[in-house]
Amino acid sequence: MSSLDFAPLWLSLRVSLLATLLVAGAGIPLAWLLARRRFWGRELLNGLTSLPLVLPPTVLGYYLLVLLGQQSPIGQWLNRMGWPLVFTWRGAVVAAAVASFPLLVLTARAGFEGVDRRLEDMARTLGRSELAIFWRVTLPLAWPSLLAGAALTFARALGDFGATLMVAGNIPGRTQTASIYIYDLLQANRRAEAGGMALVVTGLALLLFLISQSLTRRILR
Amino acid sequence: MLEIRVQKRLRDFSLDIDLAVPGGVTVLFGRSGAGKSMTLACVAGLAAPEAGRIVVNGAVFYDSRTGVNLRPQQRRVGYVTQDYLLFPHLTVAQNVAFGLAKHTRRERETIVQEALAWLRLEQLARQRPQALSGGQQQRVALARALVTRPQVLLLDEPFSALDSPTRARLRQDLLRLQGELDVPVLFVTHDLAEALLLGEQMAVVADGRLLQLDTPARVRERPADSLVAELVGRNGAGLS
Repeated sequence: MSSLDFAPLWLSLRVSLLATLLVAGAGIPLAWLLARRRFWGRELLNGLTSLPLVLPPTVLGYYLLVLLGQQSPIGQWLNRMGWPLVFTWRGAVVAAAVASFPLLVLTARAGFEGVDRRLEDMARTLGRSELAIFWRVTLPLAWPSLLAGAALTFARALGDFGATLMVAGNIPGRTQTASIYIYDLLQANRRAEAGGMALVVTGLALLLFLISQSLTRRILR
Repeated sequence: MLEIRVQKRLRDFSLDIDLAVPGGVTVLFGRSGAGKSMTLACVAGLAAPEAGRIVVNGAVFYDSRTGVNLRPQQRRVGYVTQDYLLFPHLTVAQNVAFGLAKHTRRERETIVQEALAWLRLEQLARQRPQALSGGQQQRVALARALVTRPQVLLLDEPFSALDSPTRARLRQDLLRLQGELDVPVLFVTHDLAEALLLGEQMAVVADGRLLQLDTPARVRERPADSLVAELVGRNGAGLS
């Protein structure tokens, strides 16, 4: 039995962390908008946000290739900037981010909706600006939900297979993440190593899920 | 001086209030769901009337004819509700300081200390609201509203959730503070005894309409119509 290569795991952790940060940066403001503002197209936006949850990952990967690939204007611009996505670890980050985006938005939106609007109204009568109210009332009160959503996002990003494979490919040492590595090991009939890596990933995912659960329970209490 | 003219369509009836009072404590009295709380929300700027005019101490908060509608942040009202609405993630001192963002840190500390002392809350400064009794929480809410030096104090059934000894003490606190600060108070209640005790003016409201505006004694002696007579009936039994 040859030894287990841990490079895919480190790559997965790095990709998932970056994806989670990206998703949090875009998803938290969006979740707040969906929870607190009425605007035209709100339900459509909500549907689009949740789409990656129900689309096959290969379909997601296909759209990402069309949108961000070498032939697309965005892809060409990224190339010129020296940040090509396709067949790079950056592509893996984008794929993982898009696939896990809905989990954060749904959890964060529920968190924001759980904050008593009357507390925000009270803050208004006390003269505080809308921005101050977001930072000092809404965000701290929704914080456990946001953390729970981030943990779920990280776990989902860690587990992504289809979209990542389509966008970033399977280049050992460069774009091969843990999930894809497990598939490779099985293909090569290295069952023991596949099992070992599967256990590690399962342990991580379970830990993240438990963290998310305990945070959610804290909100309900 | 308060001038409140509010027209607003609600689910079950239309709110159509027109009242002007010189200041002091004005009680809005009537059954639950009569439109009293909505009137306060309109004064605070948390709900928008469809038409009318709201003027507090010469400052026009709202005027449908000229299109004036100040944001709640610009109105400087002190708002206190039945369930206190303290910020659960902040300490008592931080709650009281919440409306003092424009003051320096030192000013803020002084003002908060003073307010806490006034309302016998010094010992609780570092506690979270959840650790406090209802009466204590309501005093924190009162302190938080008062330190901003509001133009008008809006109290929406502030003592309804409290037991009667606590309620009696808080009424005394309120009268004492009102006397010292000379801030006009709009006090919503469905409790007749409370209305008679606290009100310098009493506005009787039913189904969104103002039935009578007078001193509590006059309202009791000479109710404007049979509905007012029923609401302030001799037996004084609880309305709800």
